[in-house]
Order: sequence, then C-alpha cells, then structure tokens
Amino acid sequence: MDTTAEQRSARRLSFNILRYNPQDPASRPAVQRFVLEEADGMTLYLALTEIRETQAPSLQFDFVCRAGICGSCGMLINGRPGLACRTLTRDLPADISLAPLPVFELIGDLSVNTGRWMRAMSERLEAWVHSQAAEDLEAMEEVMEPELAEQIYELERCIECGCCIAGCGTVRMREDFIGAVGMNQIARFRLDPRDERSDQDLYQLVGDDDGVFGCLSLLGCHDVCPKSLSLQTQIAFLRRKMLRSALER
Amino acid sequence: MLSLVPAKRSHSAAAQGGMQASLANTILGEGDNEDVHFADTIKGSDWGADQEVVRMFVETAPKAVRELANWGVPWNRVQRGERHVVISGQKKTICERDEAHGLITARNFGGTKKWRTSYVSDGTGHSMLYAVSNQAIAHQIPVHERMEAMSLMHDGGKCFGAIARNLITGELVAYVAKATVIATGGFGRLYRVSTNAVINEGMGAAIALETGIASLGNMEAIQFHPTGIFPAAILVTEGCRGDGGVLLDAQRHRFMPDYEPEKKELASRDVVSRRMEEHIAKGHGVESHYGEHVWLDITLLGEAHINKNLREVKEICQYFLGIDPTRELIPVRPAQHYSMGGVRTDHRGESPTLRGLFACGEAACWDMHGFNRLGGNSVAETVVAGMIVGEYVADYCDDPANGIDISSGLIGEFWQREDAALDALVKSQGKERAIDLSNRMKDIMTDRVGIFRNGEDLQRAVDELQTLLVRSRDIGIEEKTRAANPELVAAYRAGRMLKLALCVAYGALQRTESRGAHYRQDHPRRDDKNWLRRTLATWVDPDDGLPSLDYEALDVMKMEMPPGWRGYGPEDHIEHPQTAIRSQEIEDIRQRLASTGREEREAAIMSFRHLLPAQLRGHNARLGETD
Ligand SMILES: Cc1cc2nc3c(=O)[nH]c(=O)nc-3n(C[C@H](O)[C@H](O)[C@H](O)COP(=O)(O)OP(=O)(O)OC[C@H]3O[C@@H](n4cnc5c(N)ncnc54)[C@H](O)[C@@H]3O)c2cc1C
Repeated sequence: MDTTAEQRSARRLSFNILRYNPQDPASRPAVQRFVLEEADGMTLYLALTEIRETQAPSLQFDFVCRAGICGSCGMLINGRPGLACRTLTRDLPADISLAPLPVFELIGDLSVNTGRWMRAMSERLEAWVHSQAAEDLEAMEEVMEPELAEQIYELERCIECGCCIAGCGTVRMREDFIGAVGMNQIARFRLDPRDERSDQDLYQLVGDDDGVFGCLSLLGCHDVCPKSLSLQTQIAFLRRKMLRSALER
Repeated sequence: MLSLVPAKRSHSAAAQGGMQASLANTILGEGDNEDVHFADTIKGSDWGADQEVVRMFVETAPKAVRELANWGVPWNRVQRGERHVVISGQKKTICERDEAHGLITARNFGGTKKWRTSYVSDGTGHSMLYAVSNQAIAHQIPVHERMEAMSLMHDGGKCFGAIARNLITGELVAYVAKATVIATGGFGRLYRVSTNAVINEGMGAAIALETGIASLGNMEAIQFHPTGIFPAAILVTEGCRGDGGVLLDAQRHRFMPDYEPEKKELASRDVVSRRMEEHIAKGHGVESHYGEHVWLDITLLGEAHINKNLREVKEICQYFLGIDPTRELIPVRPAQHYSMGGVRTDHRGESPTLRGLFACGEAACWDMHGFNRLGGNSVAETVVAGMIVGEYVADYCDDPANGIDISSGLIGEFWQREDAALDALVKSQGKERAIDLSNRMKDIMTDRVGIFRNGEDLQRAVDELQTLLVRSRDIGIEEKTRAANPELVAAYRAGRMLKLALCVAYGALQRTESRGAHYRQDHPRRDDKNWLRRTLATWVDPDDGLPSLDYEALDVMKMEMPPGWRGYGPEDHIEHPQTAIRSQEIEDIRQRLASTGREEREAAIMSFRHLLPAQLRGHNARLGETD
C-alpha cells in the first residue's frame, strides 16, 4: 500500500448517527456523534462494527453477508439510500451522517423492518410462479431459450433491500404504493413463461394508483438501486403495456 | 418457521457458484450420471461420508434442480452450436448439441469429473433462495423473522420445540412442536477469517449440543476456500477457476500445475488451499500491507464472460478492492468457508439420540460431505435434504405415536430457565466483555485450528478456549435491557460459540491423522485403519469444560466404494484391513451380475433406493437415454 493510502488512513471520521429506540419509552430521536480513525479499506460495515465494539454496545444495525449480496444493510448515507456494507469510507467526506431508511417500520437506530414490508408486497402481488402443470420430477426439464433465462435473471437480481422505496417520492404520498421493487416483480413474472398468469391477471394487481399509475416518475428508485436494475424502463414498459391492453378491451 | 433475519437474507443468498446435479446436458457433461457424481463426492469427502446418504443425495439432486426450475429459478441454458471456453488456461471451442438446446447447462467446478454445476449467472443461491421463499409465501407458511431459537425443549428422549427470543422486543416464546428441524446453516464465525455471513455463529448446532443428548458429528471437519479476497475474506466463487481462471504467485508464475499436474486449480478445495499456503510459506507469496497473498487471474476469460457470468465477482472487486478484474489480478488467500460437521442425524435427518429433533443443510452432519465437501454440493444438499428430510418430518408428525406429550410444567421449566439466565446476564456485575472473549476465540481458531494443524497448537488452543469458556461465565453488559440489545445477544452467544469451538479444536486434537480438510502436520497420512470413523461430540453437563467425544465406525464392508486414492493430493494412506476384502467382494458381484440390469447390481452392492421417500425413488431422465 502506498503513501496515499497512509495519508487517507490518517483521517479522523465523524459519524453522526440518528439514534432512537422505540422499545424504550424514555428514548427520543437524537443524533449521536462518534469519532473514529479511518483505516485502509474501511467500509461502513467495519466502521459501525468498531463503533459498537468500542463506543456504543447498544447501537443497532443489520448486516448479514457484508458483501453487497443480501440486502440487509440499506440505510441513508449522507441522506442517500445505499448499502452500508459496500460503501467505502474513502469515498465519503470525513463527516458522515447515517440514518435509518424511511418508510419502513423502525426497529431501532439504523435497523428497520424491511422483511415485513417485502413479505406483504410479495403476498399482495402474488410474487411467485403460478402454475397448474403437474410436476414430473423424473422427466427432462422444459426447455427455455438461453437469452430468456438471462433476461429473467436480470429482473430477478433485485435483493429487496428497500433502497428504491426509501428513495421514492410517491411512497410518501401514497402509503400503499408498491414501489419499484413491486413493479419489477410484476415485470419478472410477466416475462416468465412458467407463470401461467395472463397480462390481464398481472395488470389487475398493479393497474391502479397504488401501482404503475401512481408513480410520479421522479425516478429516485432508479438512481439509488444498488443492483442497477433498469427500474425506470420497467415502469415505463408496464405502463405502456397496460394502457394498450385497456384500450384493446 | 423461525429466522434470525428475513428469510431471503439468509446466507444461502451468497452462493454465487452453482449447484451440482448430474443432468449431463452440456457436451462437457456428456456421460455424467449419478454414479459419477457419487464417486466424485466420496473422493471429495476423503471417504468420510456416509455412502448411503450420498447415494440418496445424487439420485435426488437432478429432481431438485428440476423442481426449482418449475418454481421459477432461471437456470442458465445450453445454447446450441459452437462456444468458446477456457479449460486449464487454454482457450478451446466446443460444440453443444442441437438436441440439448434450451436445457439446463452446467459449468466446471473443482473435484468433479464432468461439468455438472448448474448455475444462474453468478446469483445461483439468490435465485434458489428466492424461489423457495416465494413458494413458502405462496403456501402461506408464516416465517417469524428476528426470532432466535435459544434452547430446545425435551424430556430426555424426545424434543418438543424451542424457546425463542424475539430480537426486537426481547420477549421469550415457547414454540411447542411435534418435530423440530434445525436448518441454521454453518458456524464460520468461530473464525476470524471467514467467507461466512456475520450471522453464521452456529446457534442451531449449539442449542442441540446444549441438550446434552443430541450429538454433533465431525466438528473438526472445517473447509477453507482457496479464494477469499484478501484481506476482507469475501468470497469470489469457485466458478472463477471452474470457468478457467488460474492462480499466480509473486512472480506471476502459475504454480498449481507444479503441485497438482492433473487437476491443477481444480483439485478439491482442501488440496488447493493447502497448496496455496504451502507455496506462500516457501516465500512465493505477494507481500502487502496486510500480509501475504497470491493472485487469482480471470482476465483471460474476457470482459464479456466476466460481465455476464461473473458479475458479482466484478462488483465485489470494484466495491471492496477498487480493482477491475477484467484487467487486473485479484488478491486472494484461503479463508474458512464451510462446516462439514453439525447436528448428527440418520439418513432421515433425525438425531439418533434425541427423537423429534431433525437437522438439515449446513447445520447438519447427515453426512454427505465427510471431511471435505465439493463446491456446488452444498446448496444442492440444502434443497435435496429439504425434499427428503421434509418428507420424513411429515411422516413423523403424522404418526399418532408422536403426539405432543410434554407436560405444561416442563414447558414452563424450560421457559423459566431461559428467562432466569437472561435476567442474570442483564443484572450481572461480571467483569468480562463478550466481544473480547469472542474476538480472542476467533484468533485462536484461525491461528491454531486452521488449514495446517498440529498437536502442540491444538493443545494450546483447547487450553485457552477452556479458559475463555470459564471466563464467559462472568460476562457483564453495560446496556441493561432485555429488549433489542446487540450487547446482550453477543453475551449469551459467546459461551455457546466457545462450546462449539471446543468441539472443533478438541476433535481436531484427538484425530491423529489427516483426512480431507483436516490436515495434521504431525500426522500427515490418512489412517483408515484407526480413523475411518466419525467423531461424535456431546456436552453432557452444562458445567463441563470439554465435550465428551465418542466415535462411530464407518463400515467398509457395506461401502459401495471402499477407500482408495482420491486422484489428487498425496497418494499414500494407511489401509483399512477390510478394504481389500470388500473390493474383491464388489468385483465378484460385478462380474457375477455383469449381464443383469443396473438395479440388480445396485441392490447387490449397496442397496439404498428403499431409504428414499417413495416418490423420490424413480430414475432421472437424461438426453439420449431410454429407459
Ligand atoms: C460466500 C459463500 C458462497 C457459497 N457458494 C456456494 C456455491 O456456489 N455452491 C454451493 O453449493 N454452496 C456454496 N456455499 C455454501 C452454501 O451457500 C451454504 O452451505 C448453504 O447456503 C447453507 O444453507 P442453509 O440453508 O443450511 O443455511 P443458511 O442459508 O445459512 O440459513 C440459515 C437460516 O437459519 C436461521 N437461523 C440461524 N440460527 C438461528 C436461530 N438460533 N434461531 C432461528 N433461526 C436461526 C438464519 O436466520 C437463516 O435463515 C457458499 C457459502 C459461502 C459462505
């Protein structure tokens, strides 16, 4: 490692963390400041772990894979939703503010209940392959065009981290808005020939103001998606398809 | 279903590489079948696996891939015609068959004879986990998230559920059940350098151990993966090497062919990891600020391939190393990766000693991996075990003999015991900090119970872990609340993790041979004569300082494949006296039944089909095979 890295690691970082524990009646939301010396290759995962180990044993946050794969650690990093585990401190100013993702139920400090929200979304959109075909597991599998499999995976890459919801202007106005994560699901299952639902069936699920027609096209979702999913394109596409199918009816 | 985290955030999501199943669709998998998969798995396990279970597994794996396909997993598919691949550093052109077009394809992985690893670009585990989770949602199966099982309720012979703690409110709940399944994954976080998720602390195995009745099998069998990025130990998939990537030393010399001329980078993980460390120890490692490493070179695969099939790898390199692997070398060094050991079960997934307690997945020692698991066999195990063990759990619950005959008094006792323990911890004036103890434990495990082991280091590890265990009884916490409280969590887990660590270290100390991932410098040979047996650890009295170890012999005379050479690694082991006899016996059966059907031979050598649930006994269809 060269001198620039050493110079960088000399930085003192201050973390301004929005803390609040709803379980504790005496707790009030407040920003607490922690100072750490930056280390080479430091991520917010490493920094928060160090803060918890050395300064604030009660600090709540969620990490699982710590490799940008599982979607547990979405939070507002200097106001912008992102995955904390793969955010390097060297890409941030020395003053770092961290807050929990909005919209989701707060568990405490930086920990929010995305799990419950996502499950409700999945239930509402029936986000699974609907198939009546009898399963014969001894038989050869159905063939699928290689490109189609890849296209489905492209949409399936969503990790349900909640960043798009936190970055969404519409959700603030419409509590039941399914958001980009939901519309992406619809696009994914629509593409999948194994799902026997018709376009009509799927559009019924999202063809209202809580679905594609609620979206104000502010595109906050698109900008913050850690997996760079083409959310904007998906929403526009669904909308166009739905208008057409409405006109054809 | 209980889970520490939302189910889709479980560690399985991180499996990038793929799932093994002998579909034989790709031309490089042609000729593959259950027999070849079986042989690869047994060799991989260094003959430590239960051969009947491996048979059950390889027969079910193709069914599992196909079931997942029905559930929506977008498996990559065969594209007919010519295609460029990199095999052992060389560019080659292969031609996929017309009739295979659109079927599920496979990539190459270490320790396998055929290309057998089905995959979804580099998000295999993610897609599998989402498909299964979505099915759970479709079937309206409730998942109680952020609920931690803290102890198992049992009457000494049968298990009746668990006491769980709500990680948000702190509330303790008794889940009373006919059958209880532990599917809690691995325990990599006993180590400082691990590819595992931070929640992989082994609490499922630990609470089974704490019953004093259920046993843990082969806890010393710990796998180290060759390519954790250095120093963060985040995994880059074996697919990198399977797809043609190579390992280079400080002089940019490709060193694996020097050690393993045949399998090279694709020998099994234990072998590659040891060769890397050996090469570093000889002074060929790359020096860096954090210590030494070697390089993984995937540049030769080309940008298009990396962007499509190894994108997760690219992202990890960009985000955590700030490098572009399409142009630059990746610093790697072996890291703890997989726990072959776990809750010992029979072929049905049930604990042989505590009825009603089942285990599956990485948490279990069902024992299909023995002392080393093959890449791609683990996510395969999770779904296959789900199909098999799930069926046996259902049968168990249907059996009227297995009612919930536990008294409410006993339930109350278990609840109160847990409640009192938590209260005591919160009120404790103890001087020890959980975090210090577990950090020390992690150092000991990585430094002394790692890739290279020896009696002296292991003894020191055991001694020090024992001291830590004693100290863990004096843990105090600052934050005195029973509700959501990470400090409290670390406090009650510390002692449990130390018990698991002791099972690993003490088991490793006692096992005076080298087998698979367990490598003793002072006992470098595999010793079938004395050690063809499975370690069973129990923790009889909560105040004990060490687990009680017992051993379960593997019966050579029942094996379909008696112990031999793996085809990689050292070719020298101490023979079991029955190996020659059994080999001859099998040879005779083969000759005698040469003209009969496969089924008959199978039954004569090692009958296993009857062990599978009835609906999983059928033969798997393959391209060009007629039945
Ligand atoms: C980085 C990485 C890459 C890998 N890649 C591959 C690959 O390509 N191919 C392959 O075959 N294998 C791979 N493996 C191995 C494989 O991913 C794992 O062995 C497998 O996913 C384990 O699955 P599981 O269902 O047993 O456990 P997990 O997926 O870890 O799930 C465990 C579940 O148990 C819950 N839990 C744990 N403790 C408790 C408790 N006390 N109370 C309640 N709930 C609890 C957790 O919340 C979680 O939901 C990889 C492993 C790693 C680390």
